[in-house]
Amino acid sequence: MATTNGKPHEPLIEGNWTNATIDAQIGDIVLDPKRHTEAQLKRIPAFLAKSLPDQLKSPWFLMFGIGFIGVNILLVAITVLVLTGIGVWGNNQPVGWGLDIINFVWWIGIGHAGTLISAILLLLRQQWRNSINRFAEAMTIFAVMCAGMYPLLHTGRPWVAYWLFPYPNVLAMWPQFRSPLVWDVFAVSTYMTVSILFWYVGLIPDFATLRDRARSRFAQIAFGFLALGWNGSAKSWHRYTHASIMLAGLSTPLVLSVHSIVSFDFAMSIVPGWNVTIFPPYFVAGAVFAGFAMVIALAIPLRKWYRLDSFITMKHFDWMAKVMLATGLIVAYGYVMEVFYAWYSGVPLEQGLLHNRIKITEAPYSWSFWLLILFNVVIPAALWSPKIRRNLTALFWISMSISIGMWFERYVIIPVSLTRDYLPSSFGYYTPTIVDYGMFAGTIGFFLFMMFLFIRFLPTINIFEMKELLHHMQHEKDHGEGHGGDKTVPAEAH
Amino acid sequence: MSHGRDTAPKRYGVVASFRTPEELLAAANRTREAGYRKIDGFSPIPVEGLTDVLKFDESILGWITFGHGVLGACIGVGLQWWTSNFAYSHNVGGKPLSSWPMFFPVTYECTILLAAFGATFGMIALNGLPKPHQPIFNAEAMVRASQDRFVLLVEASDPNFDETKVKAFMQTLDPESVEAVWTSEGY
Repeated sequence: MATTNGKPHEPLIEGNWTNATIDAQIGDIVLDPKRHTEAQLKRIPAFLAKSLPDQLKSPWFLMFGIGFIGVNILLVAITVLVLTGIGVWGNNQPVGWGLDIINFVWWIGIGHAGTLISAILLLLRQQWRNSINRFAEAMTIFAVMCAGMYPLLHTGRPWVAYWLFPYPNVLAMWPQFRSPLVWDVFAVSTYMTVSILFWYVGLIPDFATLRDRARSRFAQIAFGFLALGWNGSAKSWHRYTHASIMLAGLSTPLVLSVHSIVSFDFAMSIVPGWNVTIFPPYFVAGAVFAGFAMVIALAIPLRKWYRLDSFITMKHFDWMAKVMLATGLIVAYGYVMEVFYAWYSGVPLEQGLLHNRIKITEAPYSWSFWLLILFNVVIPAALWSPKIRRNLTALFWISMSISIGMWFERYVIIPVSLTRDYLPSSFGYYTPTIVDYGMFAGTIGFFLFMMFLFIRFLPTINIFEMKELLHHMQHEKDHGEGHGGDKTVPAEAH
Repeated sequence: MSHGRDTAPKRYGVVASFRTPEELLAAANRTREAGYRKIDGFSPIPVEGLTDVLKFDESILGWITFGHGVLGACIGVGLQWWTSNFAYSHNVGGKPLSSWPMFFPVTYECTILLAAFGATFGMIALNGLPKPHQPIFNAEAMVRASQDRFVLLVEASDPNFDETKVKAFMQTLDPESVEAVWTSEGY
């Protein structure tokens, strides 16, 4: 067996699997409702444990229920907002951007890991992506949905949000294409569309598998409809792999551009603390950092509840943790550079902002900066330890810490910079309201709601790519070849 | 309801089912060597090398994607140039009307959007999808061609096609099963 760094080579799929058992293990999560009640909640009161049916004691139902409550909170928050106006948020003068934009940037960032895993790792021929790309892509789409709600509602009149798009109209007006906010509209809507296309293309062969495995007439028709009549012919596969590679190649610069453009919203302004050239790479790294944290936070429970240990192995967690460690260091470098710029620029306002961020005794918001450093720099430093990277409990909580830390990063950048700008007479303070928090909790609920619907109705892991990986692994074993990329092409193919 | 068109079931071809991609590849090779040209393979995963055996090397999809990308770039530049200079020209911060560096992000996004449409819908259209029912699905073996079987087809339209001969030939390839496929009534 091949070895890397003296350690025995760990397979990407553990145990003995065949194409048929992979189909059953992953596909039946969709086709067999029993798979969702296999795992049962343990710590529930005895009287509930006796009276409730098994379906209601499953973790799926718990998470779906939490998500459903969140969706309702979201609907209430949006209703209050639309009926009253955005004055119900804590936004004020000078803080025009508050929790709405923080959450927008936070959610968009979380989405980035999905595209990174599905596109960039595909181009780099990283086979370990196969077990996590499907739900990471789903996560991308739902996170972008959550993100999109905020600027839409922040316009104050979401029912005329289509004004943001260029279309011939009786007002004879067109968008102002020299504004980063208009670029954002194009970047985020393109990102959403391309992510959905890429996700759907990836699902087509799996829909065909489910169509042919389904027992119920309804599932056969539904998956038959979604599979578009996929027959898996050699010609179809040829065009399909070609299209996947091209979509990956298109998504890669796209994902880098989206968060760069989001960072232009800040970097192109003249607000102290925003007008920084390091923003685009620093935002992109932060997005990947936060996104991988969310992937890990979702993968750990899913793996346990649906017995996917063989497909999402410790090696996967180890590597994801390493990606987090690397991007976390880039982000930490960004924090250092922000401090350095403020000092090196010699601009009094930039230096004033720095004081306003970090001086515990004088600055009203310094707590948020130091919490950011704690959650994003200090706690994730534990990932240097290989033992921690393979300890799922620790990894789960470190991922949570990073998610919170990345939220604080945007808090520090957005309202804290805005509270004190050029005119001391207009210095202000920002306090989010219950509607702000309600919307935030609501979007988290919406995200969980969509994620668990996805887990119920669509294959959580890419079935055909797992079979392909299995085939490559068996081939490697038979031929005693090394690991990776081109070597796995069967010799007789040429 | 024939509407004057012949809708009776017709011979579509003969399929053989195999257990592994290697077996399919070897069988396809031998079928081609035996002189059959209208052959195709159906599999749950892409079988590397099978398109080489079938002498199928299509690169049009790349050009479709490229063409859409160019179109997207033109739309992006054209839209911004026309609206900023003619349709709605106004001075923003003293910047020139054709401030092309500022046009870059939207052009870039339009390019990617249209190229992605080209790649996705081009792939779907070239594959003749959506087409929920196809004659090949009448083969029993096809149910597992999306799961764990690898199916080889010799089409009836092949000039050398003769059902008994093809069946007999396919039996020599060591398949799991061999069957004749007919089109459905009305197709």
